[in-house]
Amino acid sequence: MDKDVFAPKPESPMGPWDVVVIGSGPSGLTAAIYTTRGAASTLIFGGEVWGGQLMLTTMVDNFPGFPEGILGPELMEKMKKQAERFGAEFVGVNVDSIDVTKKPFEIKSGGKTYLARSVIVATGAETVWLDAPGIKKLIGKGISSCAPCDAPFFRGKKVAVVGGGDSAMEEASVLTKYASEVTLIHRRDEFKASAAMQEKVKNDPKVKIMWNSEVIEAIGETKLEKLVIKNNETGETAEVPFDGLFIAIGHKPTSDIFARQIERDERGYILKKTWHSGTSTRGIFVAGDVTDKHFRQAVVSTGMGCMAAMEALEYLEEDK
Amino acid sequence: MASIDIADQNFEAQVLQSKLPVLVDFWAEWCGPCKMAGPVLDELSEVYKDKLLIVKLNVDQNPVNSQKYGIMSIPTTILFKDGKEIDRQVGFSGKEVYETLMKKGL
Repeated sequence: MDKDVFAPKPESPMGPWDVVVIGSGPSGLTAAIYTTRGAASTLIFGGEVWGGQLMLTTMVDNFPGFPEGILGPELMEKMKKQAERFGAEFVGVNVDSIDVTKKPFEIKSGGKTYLARSVIVATGAETVWLDAPGIKKLIGKGISSCAPCDAPFFRGKKVAVVGGGDSAMEEASVLTKYASEVTLIHRRDEFKASAAMQEKVKNDPKVKIMWNSEVIEAIGETKLEKLVIKNNETGETAEVPFDGLFIAIGHKPTSDIFARQIERDERGYILKKTWHSGTSTRGIFVAGDVTDKHFRQAVVSTGMGCMAAMEALEYLEEDK
Repeated sequence: MASIDIADQNFEAQVLQSKLPVLVDFWAEWCGPCKMAGPVLDELSEVYKDKLLIVKLNVDQNPVNSQKYGIMSIPTTILFKDGKEIDRQVGFSGKEVYETLMKKGL
């Protein structure tokens, strides 16, 4: 066995595993680094689309240890490698359902049932698309939620970004490298993004800001042509031509598979019932954006992943 | 067999004149989801060999076809059969979604 591996895997790939981690963003992968180093056999259900929200970013400048910044996808590759180095088993599949009434817990994925003595839920959050006519139809035809992926297609074009948080600033900032003009559309009269992110964007001569404004319709046949924008103070609407629209209005927790199994709040966030990361079911822990409605930062998620892992290890010890 | 790389120069021969249906993955180095999609398409390429061809077109190096097919978001995969577009998938949503798309050409 590799000298770095402290946790022997169960004889069957179906388990029972000491820890099953669901999710593969910063919280899930950090949890797996800690559980494997704590000699607990660990299976990560990374999801078909793995790596979490950082896979949709470019340069991450606020993750400590990388003074020159690091590309989001590269950071996630590194975290994954680090978890695997200590023996975590990574499978790139989705979980279909979980039964927390069984002991060990039963997790169903692709028609198979896996057994887990403990579970760390780290399923994160997903993009909320703007709910307005024309939006769905034009996704990929001018409408996007990933500027780092799609900004180069808007070289010399006029684009809009909807939102007012850090991710909206990040989208706008990436777009200024390509687009001729970037208009931030925000429904309030101030941004909630961090000062550093706001300044970067506001000082860019390519950036225009439309305060108190909402996109109420996207118009275009084969591609986006214009947006109908409503000023929510005056009530006036205007049709404005745009080639691109980037949506960054927020995220919602990815927690539907836990409905009726683990307690969630009315918005779908998994509720913490113990001091740090315990949920409504003993032996099931939670970390990252699926429970964090306040900070939503990679570095916070990694910290939460660590806490969930240490609590899971304590639980495994008590539950022997 | 990993999926093969094609370019604007051989798009006509490799895709439009192909006897087999062809799934073209429009991608680029700088796109995180494209990197997730790559290994999945390589795997599917093996599963569906002799039935369907999977090829990759780097949008940075091959602007002609990227523009011709109106690519504005990557990864975008387009399924071609007998030189015509059958359907497309924008974004990476996992293996199953690709298989559903591919089956439309079989």
